[in-house]
Amino acid sequence: MRENGMLRRFLRHRLGVVSLVIVLVIALLAVLAPVIAPYDPTAINPEFNAAPSAEHWLGTDQIGRDVLSRLLYATRTSLLVGVLAAGLSTAIGVVLGLVSGYFGGVADMVIMRITDMVMSFPYILLVLVAAAIFQPGLWNIILILGFVDWPSAARLVRGNVLSLRESGFVKSSQAAGMPGRYILFSEILPNTAAPVLVYFTSVVALSMLDEAALSFLGMGVQPPDASLGNLLGDAQSLTILTGQPWLWLPPGIVVVVLVVCISFVGDALRDALDPTGK
Amino acid sequence: MWKYILKRIAIAIPVLIGITIIDYGLMCLAGSPLDMLVGPRVSEGALEARAVAWGLDQPFYVQYFVWLQQVLTGNLGYSTTSYQAVSDMIASHLGPTLLLMATSLALSLVISLPLGIWSATHPYTKRDYALVSLSFVGTGIPSFFLALVLIWLFTIQLGWLPSSGMTTLGTGGGVLDVLRHMVMPVTVLTVYYTGVNLRYFRSSMLEISQQDYLRTARAKGIGERRVVWNHGLRNTLLTVITVVGTEVPMLFGGSVIVEQVFSWPGLGLMTMSAITSRDYPVIMGVCLMTAVVVVLVNLVTDILYALADPTVELK
Repeated sequence: MRENGMLRRFLRHRLGVVSLVIVLVIALLAVLAPVIAPYDPTAINPEFNAAPSAEHWLGTDQIGRDVLSRLLYATRTSLLVGVLAAGLSTAIGVVLGLVSGYFGGVADMVIMRITDMVMSFPYILLVLVAAAIFQPGLWNIILILGFVDWPSAARLVRGNVLSLRESGFVKSSQAAGMPGRYILFSEILPNTAAPVLVYFTSVVALSMLDEAALSFLGMGVQPPDASLGNLLGDAQSLTILTGQPWLWLPPGIVVVVLVVCISFVGDALRDALDPTGK
Repeated sequence: MWKYILKRIAIAIPVLIGITIIDYGLMCLAGSPLDMLVGPRVSEGALEARAVAWGLDQPFYVQYFVWLQQVLTGNLGYSTTSYQAVSDMIASHLGPTLLLMATSLALSLVISLPLGIWSATHPYTKRDYALVSLSFVGTGIPSFFLALVLIWLFTIQLGWLPSSGMTTLGTGGGVLDVLRHMVMPVTVLTVYYTGVNLRYFRSSMLEISQQDYLRTARAKGIGERRVVWNHGLRNTLLTVITVVGTEVPMLFGGSVIVEQVFSWPGLGLMTMSAITSRDYPVIMGVCLMTAVVVVLVNLVTDILYALADPTVELK
């Protein structure tokens, strides 16, 4: 019954529904990249710098690689980074937030001060420094983004736990002598799931933007692996910017569409999961 | 009130100490200063002598305190590529970055505050949806992509605006010249912050409009306009303090990318070139400086907030 209400509220958010469909289609294309890509993304074709044509829908790059195939693989990489990095940071944040909010005391103080410390450093600077020290690359970038981005999740969960701890149903369980483990995992955790899901969605979008920025600066996914950021990074030269729009417009548009649509889905989820919102 | 301020300062102190430990730890992770000396012309014994002379044989915490003492006297070390003092480098690059940051932050506040309030006073209307959707587009466009599009349009196609630097080479500069160079970087930063701030102000104003004191004001029949402007706006302005406080670290970070694309001679460009050449004293000096500034800004905004809103209490 409750699920139906949520689904109905989500479906009423038309922009969110359309966005979800777009995200799913792009994600499906990305996952199926090895099957549907017309060429090997690293294979070099005889014609380089070719404009879009029947053989190469989005043309070829400076050394003759098919841009459409590279774009499909790049989308796959960027989505992978977004989902895994957001999953990692959310998981760390949830655990620390639960401990901090439920147990309070010294644990809470220590965790919150560490959160303050990490949040004081400009996020992108910390990520860049970590990438410089640990060497940039696909898996390192996922780990770095995941391990740097947890503080806001921790704060969110802590705040939720604090207000839930004061709520009637938790108080009554405590009075009934339920074990702490039961209250934490069966009462508090499920009730923080909704805001955490909304948060996770928005962080997927943010992590994709971060990956793009890092790769654009040359400190993210390294060539020959393609990511949406390093495809754009290759377009920094004036000749490409003026003469070969097929090299930089498509990856840019894919990033914008994905990030904006994922944000809309998150917004629709927020409305759907929060019945008090309206 | 004084109790709150003192408590707030007491919280900031361990955070500041923690920041220096993180910063020093990262610098140690990055490698030993002896690495630069290693080579066929330096013997093992000479390296060991150097290590003793530099105190690298001491335990971590002793080295940390020696470093901290130097930092407190204003010595942030020397660049490994240009051999300049890091504190001098930061001082000479700070101005252009502050100029970009302050202009974009101010512009985005001027645009987003009225729009956010309008959105909140007309919630769930078509225009409200349009504004909120546009704000998502504003935050969803990667800054470097927007920068490339702007350069393509205004520099390459139209030839109206310069795409790099702060002044035209070979000329003395002048206010107008700097302004022309500022247009595109400021636009990129402003688009992003307007998107963020619009949603911030909208939700804050929406929340305020459900408060009892607004209901009381409405019940008094003083007219919707006065309700919004006299009671709602004043409380929304409180959130401006919070917004400015939380966006300072983001602005420092955002400037790295924008300054890189537009070759703006600020802190971000300096940091990025230090990162590519693995110039750790410079990188960690900038990190330390920005983190300390952020903690101080947060401290000041919290205190300002408490002065403006007497109901705030430290939990």
